Amino acid sequence: MEKRVVFNNRWLPYLLVAPQLLVTLVFFFWPAGQAIYQSAFIPDPFGLSTRFVGFGNFEYLFGNRYYRESFLTTAVFSVLVTVSSMSLALWLAVLADRVIKGSGAYRTLLIWPYAVAPAIAGVLWLFMFNPFTGIIAWMLGQMGYTWNHTLDGGQAMALVVAASAWKQISYNFLFFLAGLQAIPKSVIEAAAIDGASFWRRFWTIVFPLLSPTTFFLLVVNVIYAFFDTFGVIHTITKGGPEQSTTILVYKVFSDGFVGQDLGSSAAQSVVLLVLVTILTVVQFRFIERRVHY
Amino acid sequence: MSGMVEKRGVGTWLSHAGLILGIAVICFPIWIAFVASTVTQADLVRPPMPLLPGPHLVKNYLEALLSGGDAPVWRMLLNSLVMALGITIGKIVISILSAYAIVYFRFRFRMFFFWLIFMTLMLPVEVRIVPTYEVAANLGLLNSYTGLILPLIASATATFLFRQLFMTIPDELTEAARVDGAGPVRFFIDILLPMSRTNIAALFVILFIYGWNQYLWPLLITTDPSMNTVVMGIKQMLPTGDQTVEWPVIMATALLAMLPPVLVVFAMQRLFVKGLVESEK
Amino acid sequence: MADIKLEAIRKSYGRAEVIHGIDAEIADGEFIVIVGPSGCGKSTLLRMVAGLETITSGDIRIGGRVVNKLEPRERDIAMVFQNYALYPHMSVFDNMAYGLKIANVPKPEIAERVAEAARMLELEPYLDRKPRQLSGGQRQRVAMGRAIVRKPAVFLFDEPLSNLDAKLRVQMRLEIKALQRKLGITALYVTHDQVEAMTLADRMIVMNAGVAEQIGAPLEVYANPATLFVAGFIGSPPMNVIRQEIRPGRAALAPGAVIGVRPEHIDLVVPGAGLIDFDVGFCEPLGAETLVHGTTDAGDSLVVRIDGETPLPEAGTRIGLEIDPARILTFDPDGRRAGG
Repeated sequence: MEKRVVFNNRWLPYLLVAPQLLVTLVFFFWPAGQAIYQSAFIPDPFGLSTRFVGFGNFEYLFGNRYYRESFLTTAVFSVLVTVSSMSLALWLAVLADRVIKGSGAYRTLLIWPYAVAPAIAGVLWLFMFNPFTGIIAWMLGQMGYTWNHTLDGGQAMALVVAASAWKQISYNFLFFLAGLQAIPKSVIEAAAIDGASFWRRFWTIVFPLLSPTTFFLLVVNVIYAFFDTFGVIHTITKGGPEQSTTILVYKVFSDGFVGQDLGSSAAQSVVLLVLVTILTVVQFRFIERRVHY
Repeated sequence: MSGMVEKRGVGTWLSHAGLILGIAVICFPIWIAFVASTVTQADLVRPPMPLLPGPHLVKNYLEALLSGGDAPVWRMLLNSLVMALGITIGKIVISILSAYAIVYFRFRFRMFFFWLIFMTLMLPVEVRIVPTYEVAANLGLLNSYTGLILPLIASATATFLFRQLFMTIPDELTEAARVDGAGPVRFFIDILLPMSRTNIAALFVILFIYGWNQYLWPLLITTDPSMNTVVMGIKQMLPTGDQTVEWPVIMATALLAMLPPVLVVFAMQRLFVKGLVESEK
Repeated sequence: MADIKLEAIRKSYGRAEVIHGIDAEIADGEFIVIVGPSGCGKSTLLRMVAGLETITSGDIRIGGRVVNKLEPRERDIAMVFQNYALYPHMSVFDNMAYGLKIANVPKPEIAERVAEAARMLELEPYLDRKPRQLSGGQRQRVAMGRAIVRKPAVFLFDEPLSNLDAKLRVQMRLEIKALQRKLGITALYVTHDQVEAMTLADRMIVMNAGVAEQIGAPLEVYANPATLFVAGFIGSPPMNVIRQEIRPGRAALAPGAVIGVRPEHIDLVVPGAGLIDFDVGFCEPLGAETLVHGTTDAGDSLVVRIDGETPLPEAGTRIGLEIDPARILTFDPDGRRAGG
């Protein structure tokens, strides 16, 4: 895709790209280069000099039990957030698509959590689940279930998953609803005439036709769970108890700023860079497909 | 898929019921926060807390706005506004300019520049947090609006979006403008900008929310409480150890913090949906 | 107002040459139509005159001045595009005024010139509307108006009528011609429609595969096509091409040469009485005239145009064809007219 018509100007195009390029170079390529560089060194304890260790930081990193566990934690966390948020959103979208009257009003009422910051979402859920005063924690207590996510790693995970998924439902809902509304009615009517029941129609016709949207949301949600949920983790659990909710992005932060382990943090940044690149490539393939159809 | 199929009957009512249930569950945290922001601390520390609003709304919100945590919330809201607007406008300006150059000019390194920008497509600041912080610190950007804004305005998404938009503008229009005597600057201002109006507005909504909701970056870059943004400032108000916290004030702050972006979503719903769907295409 | 000279114009994209040297002289006030099939390079040629495409070699002179390196706005031209290319966010008035504003024409004069053009094109009630609120014909007029207000030396038209329906096309064709006559501005008009070319042109340039096959007045080109391509492209139905010798004893055709005859220059006679016989395939009665399609023994498909009142010959009948020898054109194997 190229324009046939272009302007001829010697310096103007450079002037136009300069601001973006400058910001990108200073705040993206320089830090990224810095991360790659630092990942090959270990600073001495007094921070006066550094020692070249090659891939030493990476060897140490993957030899480290906590880092490997953080990978697992991230995987569990992402899968839970993605699956719960997407399935709830799909369910709501199917319902909203079914009702003729008021689907606009439902949409309005369902999309606003998108605007809530992850950190604020964290605060809201923390308040409801506060082990001593939270209303839901209290209700669970009344039912004989002791809630204390500051002690129980499983409960902590459940809480950060709930808060993260809650915020993402509106996004998924919007895309699922748009996808559902784009399915030609004639296809569904044909299936109805063939005698398929609602749920049978859904699983054999609607869901397969929705697969581009589903796949797209899958990637977006994984990216969201990987990188955008820092605020949730930081406000609710700070990665605890005992690292049970330390996802990779949180670990880069806590090792770098709290633990002051710059070599390890830099190596982790590099690992995340690679992960992001992979996800971006997947995403980009998909973008290209969508653009060209 | 409603249409002719199963137009009436129990199915529809069940759907309404399901939706209302879903909305109730999704709105529950906000309701709880709202109720908590209208009662006293004493009402909250002895569970169960009340489920209906109390009489202390004005007092709690005033306290939040005027004294708040480390800094008064009005100050944090102002900082958030400056940051959000700075990020939004900055991103739009540098993206539309670079997209214009890449689409409408042929010059050396054009594709190289495009790929440089494109590589930042989805790299959130969280990933490269430590070195980016060091760069910002080296440049003396700590505790400044520049430091809050500048590192976050590089974004390939907006550039990509504008590029897509410009590709759909017919070549003949550019040619007509050239025959009319418009050079590249006039064409950009008189033709391209007005034609991008709705896309810019849609992008504005999305980016404003993005900017307002930033958390980690302001957390690192602002140590001076008077530079705190509200989304990160609320974290400083949370209980640490056994110190008592005024939950009503925190909840009032939380609601104040989410109000601007939520209002933007409600007020510009159509643009918001358009912006969201297009920026992910 | 100005004359245009094209001198050995060539255009290449990379190594592929798409225009292979075109020469033409266009007099001041003349209406020239460049006609040819799609992909023949006619639009490229026009866009080179407009300054929207660079010229690989050769010179374009407008009013005696070489304009090769000049920007479009410096060439004193105005252009009407196929899809009109109206600015969607501007009113009709602003669309027409935009070029004048850029040229820093004083406001009162802009208003006056736009009003004049609007009156001429009957656009006065629509000046405040946006292009999307107009019909196809009205948009076409706005595009014309935008060209007129500039008072250019040359009008350039790039298939301006191809987005209109058939009826509107005929009407706009007449209006464009009348307008150009009235304003006396040199016009260069590109189309693939030979009817448009025939009716509009003072002279036409018939292009094929990047070459100007013939330049001349429409009836001259029709009567005396310089090449087999022109003979086939201009005229509907096209000229008949006969590959065989049509009567023993006449000057023998060179091997590979062919004969061309217009459908209206053939009369139907009894078999054997004419120059050649053919078997009738089918007839198309069009009212005023009838087209009789058939095949000769050598396999050439021919069309004969007869008066609409004549009884239709039945399919399968054998009929003789009488051809006025003076109307017979002979083409060499390379497609050029034999013997000049």
